[in-house]
Amino acid sequence: MATRQNVTPRTGNGGSLQEQQAQASETALRPPVDICENDEGITLCADMPGVSRDRLTLQVNGNMLMLEGKAQLELADQMQPLHADVRATTYRRTFALSNELETDKIEAHLKDGVLTVHIPKRAELRPRRIEVQAS
Amino acid sequence: MFGYIPSLGSPFAEFRRLEQELDELFGSTVWSGGIRSLPPGTFPAVNVGTTPDKVAVYLFAPGIDPKTLEITLQQNLLSVSGRREIPVEQNATYYRKERFSGEFRRVISLPEDVEPDRVDAKYTDGIVQITVQRRAAAQPRRIEIH
Repeated sequence: MATRQNVTPRTGNGGSLQEQQAQASETALRPPVDICENDEGITLCADMPGVSRDRLTLQVNGNMLMLEGKAQLELADQMQPLHADVRATTYRRTFALSNELETDKIEAHLKDGVLTVHIPKRAELRPRRIEVQAS
Repeated sequence: MFGYIPSLGSPFAEFRRLEQELDELFGSTVWSGGIRSLPPGTFPAVNVGTTPDKVAVYLFAPGIDPKTLEITLQQNLLSVSGRREIPVEQNATYYRKERFSGEFRRVISLPEDVEPDRVDAKYTDGIVQITVQRRAAAQPRRIEIH
């Protein structure tokens, strides 16, 4: 169950305006994220419970990174809702990336509903420590 | 400059419309006044669905070790407690920390006709699904007219 799943990011030029509007009108949950940066790059973790690898989309469009996933619950026939904290099945969130990040080297994996995305920085732009020579 | 932008409409009107639609869909009154209900955003989020023969509870608990979960059912009170550890990266700058970390506990009242001995739980893609069977007597019976 706790298998590590690799996700290939998809690069595209986005959908038509109609598609974008249709997406915007659909209710989407905003998954909570943790974002941290070190010398190598930026790591983003997002909680997307109920999303499996085949229902997850990671898209880089220009400098925008979009995460989208559809959650699936195992519902019995004729089930009546008694209580619902979660009232939508689509997660979506978009982040603006900056130029020093290598968008074609994004790595992602999904495990137990947690998506981890690592965006490396370009090697030439990583901070270098400058040694001070003692005289 | 950043005043009202007509093309976007009023965001609040949109919110109200959405809220209304969701309330119509799920019924806002069902649990909203429950004495054990928790404020929105509490981890883990819970959905409960019923059929005539069972009650299904879904806990949205991504990234936990299911072995550390403690699930108990006393009469019709279901308690779930556990812990989610999020490792903190050393030598890293954090820009956002929105994900829940730490211990959690939720108590959920189920319909009174559940059978505490017939429970089953599983963990898939970050969702804990607990299924409890209901007593046969509570299931609707079709009454034949002779």
